[in-house]
Amino acid sequence: MKGQIDKITDSEVLFEQEFKINGGDFINAGESSSKLKNILKEIGINTDIIRRLAIAAYEAEVNVVTYARHGIMRILIYPEKILLTIEDEGPGIGDIDQAMQPGYSTATEEIREMGFGAGMGLPNMKKNADIFNISSIVDKGTKLEITMNLNDKNA
Amino acid sequence: MKLKKIMEYLNCNCRVLCEDINLDIDIKFAIASDLMSDILATAKPGELLLTGLAHNSVIRTCEITGINAVIFVRNKQPSDDTIKLAQNCKIPVLLTDSTMFEACGILFSKGLKGIHIERAD
Ligand SMILES: Nc1ncnc2c1ncn2[C@@H]1O[C@H](COP(=O)(O)OP(=O)(O)O)[C@@H](O)[C@H]1O
Ligand SMILES: [Mg+2]
Repeated sequence: MKGQIDKITDSEVLFEQEFKINGGDFINAGESSSKLKNILKEIGINTDIIRRLAIAAYEAEVNVVTYARHGIMRILIYPEKILLTIEDEGPGIGDIDQAMQPGYSTATEEIREMGFGAGMGLPNMKKNADIFNISSIVDKGTKLEITMNLNDKNA
Repeated sequence: MKLKKIMEYLNCNCRVLCEDINLDIDIKFAIASDLMSDILATAKPGELLLTGLAHNSVIRTCEITGINAVIFVRNKQPSDDTIKLAQNCKIPVLLTDSTMFEACGILFSKGLKGIHIERAD
């Protein structure tokens, strides 16, 4: 699926970057999202879009750190949209509908002490994204796709 | 409300932990929470955050949401790591002896407002 999307729009990619996320690295959780935010600022993307994307990225990054072994955050900027994917290798999510429910959480004490683990991450990513896609395979990993349209709001 | 004023209202109990911070920052609203997900779901840029949680995640949350300054209540001491991160992100970190309720009450009575969230449904 991913390969197909990339092939269609490959020629139009204006910017691309990847960030590695390490599972269990609670101290540095958020570093990739912070770098992402700074890059988008430098490029001159609309501030509201940057904010919504950075918030979604941070919740996604914290999930990889919390639940998965490792992951890759990838940003692709096209003339008309930004595509952020967060793909991890980890336990995956068996019941995605349940995981998307506000308040549903399997978080540990460690992540609660950081102020996460209230089951609000995935719903907030969906709220901030223009298009939100989630797919997962148990015992393999999870992939999130967050799309922001540049033409609607980038007046 | 100027950050300088906020520090004054909290009875000079605020201590600046960051170097070269701008005390003339204008604070438009405040939010008080220990739950980062909550802040990420509601915060607006230009806000002040009051929290009892002293962790790197607090600074990251400020940076990501555009929160202007953070006050740790009940004299919670952030680690050197957290201070360093705040310095890098240029986010002023203040400390007060007041409890969360007390600090919020004082600032609210002086006219600092929160953000009213409309019900989604
Ligand atoms: N990358 C992931 N890998 C495995 N499980 C995940 C992942 N992301 C989320 N989950 C599952 O979905 C639940 C809800 O996630 P979220 O909405 O971010 O809330 P929280 O992280 O606060 O629990 C998590 O508790 C976890 O069980
Ligand atoms: Mg989460």
